[in-house]
Amino acid sequence: MTGDAHHLLPSGTPVTLIGIDGHPVAGSGRVFPSDAELRQALAALITARRLNDQAHALVRQGRLAVYPSSHGQEACQVAAAQVLDDGDWLFPTYRDTVAAVGRGVDPVEALTLLKGDWHCGWDPYEHRVAPHATPLATQLPHAVGVAHAARLRGEPTVAMALCGDGGTSEGDFHEALNFAAVLRAPVVFLIQNNEYAISVPLARQTAAPSLAYKGIGYGIPGERVDGNDVAALLTVLGEAVARARAGEGPQLVEAHTYRMQAHTNADDATRYRTSAEVDAWLERDPITRLERHLNLPASDVSEMREAADRVAAHLRDGLNRDISPTPAQLFEYVYATPTSQLREQQAQLADEHAREGAAG
Amino acid sequence: MTHEKLTMAQALNRALRDAMTEDSSVVVFGEDVGPLGGVFRVTDGLTAEFGENRCFDTPLAEAGIVGVAVGMAMNGMRPVVEMQFDAFAYPAFEQIVSHVAKMRNRTLGRVTLPMVIRIPYAGGIGGVEHHCDSSEAYYAHTPGLHVVTPATPGDAYGLLRESIASPDPVVFLEPKKLYWTKEEVSLTTASLVGRAVVRREGTDATLIAYGPSVPVALAAAEVADREGRSLQVVDLRSIVPFDDETVCAAVRSTGRAVVVAEAAGFASVSSEIVARVTERCFHSLAAPIRRVTGFDIPYPPPKYEHLHLPGVDRVLDAVDDLQWEDS
Repeated sequence: MTGDAHHLLPSGTPVTLIGIDGHPVAGSGRVFPSDAELRQALAALITARRLNDQAHALVRQGRLAVYPSSHGQEACQVAAAQVLDDGDWLFPTYRDTVAAVGRGVDPVEALTLLKGDWHCGWDPYEHRVAPHATPLATQLPHAVGVAHAARLRGEPTVAMALCGDGGTSEGDFHEALNFAAVLRAPVVFLIQNNEYAISVPLARQTAAPSLAYKGIGYGIPGERVDGNDVAALLTVLGEAVARARAGEGPQLVEAHTYRMQAHTNADDATRYRTSAEVDAWLERDPITRLERHLNLPASDVSEMREAADRVAAHLRDGLNRDISPTPAQLFEYVYATPTSQLREQQAQLADEHAREGAAG
Repeated sequence: MTHEKLTMAQALNRALRDAMTEDSSVVVFGEDVGPLGGVFRVTDGLTAEFGENRCFDTPLAEAGIVGVAVGMAMNGMRPVVEMQFDAFAYPAFEQIVSHVAKMRNRTLGRVTLPMVIRIPYAGGIGGVEHHCDSSEAYYAHTPGLHVVTPATPGDAYGLLRESIASPDPVVFLEPKKLYWTKEEVSLTTASLVGRAVVRREGTDATLIAYGPSVPVALAAAEVADREGRSLQVVDLRSIVPFDDETVCAAVRSTGRAVVVAEAAGFASVSSEIVARVTERCFHSLAAPIRRVTGFDIPYPPPKYEHLHLPGVDRVLDAVDDLQWEDS
């Protein structure tokens, strides 16, 4: 054990590369992403925002049961997906739909569960995106396991594990960090600190100087990054992924961001925060900031918006298609081979349906 | 066919070794399972033989152990993890219920979790608190898990081999009081999960038992035989899948039944057995099915455990209560 653990501590302020005014921040000493990377990120951000707004509208129209929007947090999710290779894994939470889409998951599939189905909708192996986890932080040890298994086989896989500020209070968060550190598993833990766990503010969640401090107790380096600055996120997360891939172990990254909308459509955020507080974050919007920085020709941005509109239309059409219910399927995936008891119950349900059909 | 005289702990160890030899994706981890070989020595020698990538000690955190196993199983491995004692598995309960049991279902069968959670369980060894729980009902109540519990060294070998090879997650409950029982073990793989077995033939009444209660039932049958009553003994082998067919055929053949289980009786596996056998065999029954279970109390201290555990006398009393005067 070494007594000097200062290298594990995060910087006093979050890493920022592009200021609110769109100008580069002087003196960061960090690698600045290329224009091509930033253009790719902008297109993804515009699509992500469009998807968030479309999903929000689909809830109002009754096409989605519920949607936990990441409006305002898109930079974190876009960057988390963009820094990964095809062979890497993403472990999203329920608020990380647009990160999953960023990995290539069809948005219609990505919203299957939130539409009210019982399964996640996509094939986790197709894009290496785990099913989104609803019980907080429980997906983090899975990310460690996936990464450790890959490492045992000598594969260069890195797992990007997402969680929120509230999730850092869960036991699984701590156990996952500790296992990752002890096993030297190639995992990047990204905390999207959006200031609220539904209604509970960060000050009620932790007394730590910052959530990135939670790494030091496990021997994991922590870093803080401006969660609304996609350039800083690409650099910080990209370096963390590279270190993990090189066998240097896990890293914890805290991204400072803000949930601009309520927890879900069922939540009333006016009960626990002021509109002045929300307005103050408007000027830090990740898309406006990057647009100012890149200062692209209007036609380029229009093209990106049109592409985003097409994705939104695909989502709308996909969710408007009614898929006939197949209740028999409820029994089919519980076990590889259904037990005799499940087969009996499946037959009972089918019989009830048949009789209802005959009576109707 | 290879036969060896082994204790149940040795048979389990042999099952792990043979599975690890045959399949390089089988990995073993948990608390003290490495150089120490586990507190019951079930993993003895595995780290030395297979290296620490295949059998390794973990931090002391059960949710983490099971959660990491989920991830490894998602990514091509077959983890076999050890919970050190029954009550020490409870921190992992959320992982087991919300992820281990549901991953196949919530991914339409695309992600399967071929993993085994080994749990030494139940009492009878004079253990202190938190070391003697019969926790099978918690797992059996959760759709998506197989719940397996051997009663003999031979079954311990075969059931563990089959559980490791299973495409579905298995909660493997090892009766710790039977770790040191010894018998000639056939080192072959067979299909035992979901197949209850008649351990002793009998014609007057059926004793239904599993895991640590099977030897109690067999001892009761032996005494009853000397008293002129012929008791049949059925060993479930697995609680999930439940072998309705064998159990019901056995009960129909005698018309009377007693369920023997260590766990507290209220809302238990024994309740489920009585309910489902009654539903299916009502017209074959000469008397209500009786249960002999632990009391509905926290597991008692060592000096009182003999009062709590189902014993031969209590089983025979229950058999005596099966309305023989009516037949």
